[in-house]
Amino acid sequence: MSDKPLIDTVDRLIIKATQGGLPLVPRPYHDLAKRLGLDADDVMARVRRMLDSGIIRRIGAVPNHYRLGFSANGMSVWDVRDADIQRAGKDIGALDFVSHCYHRPRHLPDWPYNLFAMIHGRSRAEVEEKAKVVELLLGDSLGAHEILYSTRILKKTGLRLVA
Amino acid sequence: MDTLDRQIINELQGGFPVSEHPYAEIAATLDTSEEELISRLERMLDQGLLSRFGPMYHAERLGGGLTLAAISVPEHRFDAVTEIVNAHAEVAHNYARDHKLNMWFVLATETPERISEVIDEIEAETGLEVVNMPKLEEYFIGLRFDL
Repeated sequence: MSDKPLIDTVDRLIIKATQGGLPLVPRPYHDLAKRLGLDADDVMARVRRMLDSGIIRRIGAVPNHYRLGFSANGMSVWDVRDADIQRAGKDIGALDFVSHCYHRPRHLPDWPYNLFAMIHGRSRAEVEEKAKVVELLLGDSLGAHEILYSTRILKKTGLRLVA
Repeated sequence: MDTLDRQIINELQGGFPVSEHPYAEIAATLDTSEEELISRLERMLDQGLLSRFGPMYHAERLGGGLTLAAISVPEHRFDAVTEIVNAHAEVAHNYARDHKLNMWFVLATETPERISEVIDEIEAETGLEVVNMPKLEEYFIGLRFDL
C-alpha cells in the first residue's frame, strides 16, 4: 500500500496557514488566498481535494471537553480476542459516546490491552455507565479491561504537521 | 454559554462549507447572522470553550508519523520528567493518568522515522522506558458531543 504524501508545495502552504485555524472573516478562503498570493478558486479546489482524499478529516470546531463540563475523560482499554478485534472495533467506534477508537499493540506481560476507546462523560460514574455498554457489546471476546482517567493536562499544543 | 453557542458547537462538529461565504451559510441554518456567528466563534476560542476551529489534518496521509506513547514515571520525578518530555516540539499532547503508566503523550513528527528517534531521545534523557503504542487500525475518530 502506498502512503506517499499526496500534496504539493502549494497544498503545504495552505496547510501551514490553516493548521492553527481557519480565518474568522466573512470570506476565509479568499482571505487565505490573498495572504498566500493564490487564486481563491484554486485554494477552495485544493481544500476540497484534500477533504475528498482524507488529508483533511473535516473542517470544524474542536470543543474543549473540560470547559464544556465533560470533565471525566476515560481512556478505556480492552483485551479483546485477536480474531474479534475488527468487529469489536467497528461496533465500539460506532457508539456515539466514543470519540476515538483504535487497535494498538499489546505489550505483554504488563499491558494486555489491544483496543482503546476514549469515553467522555460529565462524571466518572457516567463514563463507567458507558463502559458497561462497551462491555456488553464485547461479550465473550473480552478478557480484562481498565479505565485510565486523565488527572491533568500536561501539554496541549495540538498537532503541528508542517513546519 | 447560551443556546445559540451550543447550537453552533453542535453544528460545527459536523463539517463546514468550502465556499465564498461559508459563515453566512452556517449562520442561515442557525437562524442567525454571519457577523454574530463569527463573533461568537472568536469569543468561544478566546474563552477556551473551543480549542480550535478549522481543518483537521490527517497526519499519516501527510507523510508524517504519529503515535501514542506512555511512561511509568516515579512520582517524585514526575515534574522533572514532564519538563523533559514537553520540551520536545513533537509532543503534541501530554496527559497525566491514574495508572502505573501515568504519563501518556502523542508524538507527531514530520517523517515516520523520526518517531523512534524522539522515543530514543526521551529514553536517554529520562532513563525511563517509553512504551510505544502506534495505532494498528483506526475505527473512529471524531468528537460528537451533543450539548
